[in-house]
Amino acid sequence: MLRQGRTFLAAALAVCVAGAASADPVEGEELVINGDITLVTRVAPAASVADALPEVLSGWLFRDEATRAMEMDDFDNPAMLAVDVGLELWDTVDGSEGKSCASCHGDISSMKGLRAKLPKMNAAGDDLWSMENFINDCRTNRMGADAWKWSGSEMTAMTGAISLQSRGMPMSVAIDGPAAEWWAKGKEMYYTRTGQLELSCANCHEDNYGNHIRADHLSQGQLSGFPVYRLKNAKLVSIHNRFKGCVRDTRAETYAEGSPEFRALELYVASRGEGLSIEGVGVRP
Amino acid sequence: MKQQMMLGAALVLAALPAMAETPVAEVKYVDGAIAESLTGAPGDAAAGAKVMTNRGQGNCVACHVISAMPDVPFQGNIGPTLDGAADRWTEAELRGIVADAKHTFEGSMMPSFYKTGPYIRQGDGYTGKGFEGTLPPILTAEQVEDVVAYLVTLKE
Repeated sequence: MLRQGRTFLAAALAVCVAGAASADPVEGEELVINGDITLVTRVAPAASVADALPEVLSGWLFRDEATRAMEMDDFDNPAMLAVDVGLELWDTVDGSEGKSCASCHGDISSMKGLRAKLPKMNAAGDDLWSMENFINDCRTNRMGADAWKWSGSEMTAMTGAISLQSRGMPMSVAIDGPAAEWWAKGKEMYYTRTGQLELSCANCHEDNYGNHIRADHLSQGQLSGFPVYRLKNAKLVSIHNRFKGCVRDTRAETYAEGSPEFRALELYVASRGEGLSIEGVGVRP
Repeated sequence: MKQQMMLGAALVLAALPAMAETPVAEVKYVDGAIAESLTGAPGDAAAGAKVMTNRGQGNCVACHVISAMPDVPFQGNIGPTLDGAADRWTEAELRGIVADAKHTFEGSMMPSFYKTGPYIRQGDGYTGKGFEGTLPPILTAEQVEDVVAYLVTLKE
């Protein structure tokens, strides 16, 4: 009873705060999943982005109370249905070699930590790969199966299931060595004002997070929740799909999902979120 | 012969309003302001209010609060409120800011509404596809004047 009263008070307070200040992220709220796993949603920026952000903030902090609550309980998190599909696909044999993911990798828990390090250079060291590239490399070269579409439902189910294995681990991508030039390219893209509206990523997500464009509450555009269940799309959405939507909304010619440009941008944006917990998987409006 | 002359005269008359418009390339900014109407005529404030709330046109409320439009939901707060804009700026200054705010505020995030480029990776509206050639400005000269006509009514 006492606990209920406190919850009610907290909720009432949250509504007041949201009404009074539009330049939030929400204050004093913790992202605790299933009452058990506390995720880092605020962290000091890494040295490489210290001049850009005073504090690194998860997109979760910018969402309304109902959406935040949805992510805090796996039974309420609509992304978990897709994750279940992904777990099933992990064990499903496909392609000419008669293999599933599990045939080589065993239990999917062997993927723990992977999501936090992506994108990264491939084994050959000649290309920067997102998780989707690694998955399709396995499918085409080891399984003899067809590549999945970058943002198709099988792919997002799989990236969701793999991301869940890294839940709570801090984002930490390598931006040195051969990745350095990718990172520099991504940074240049982040600050380039594209399209007829001449907007860069930074215009909205660095200079105006916490503010509103019409009903859209701008966040820092962090990747820690991805793939995210986007209520507007009623499905899991990939990082590159969201990039595409943003660039399109500047009235620009977008890049393709999986393109070198978007992989470079993914690396740079991931580096801006260093230290945030992988949410595996987030819920956004 | 007489018929042809009359036809010619009619064509000239029909073309007149368009000829009075200042093309994008010939707009003169003085300290960010544009002294003369882009159409040579005053705008229509009521039409301007529509342009300002239409998502495909001005969509000013996406980023600015306008208290005089209480029925327009979800007004953004990226830019300053437009309440009292006419107390702070002259008509010529407002025209310049609407047409291309970057002449008034260097590096402004505000899109340039009476400009044809150059743009980086210019697209065909909100399709995400590229656009070959010269894009028409986001707003016509008439729409810019309509917006200016509305803005000069915003006094506190």
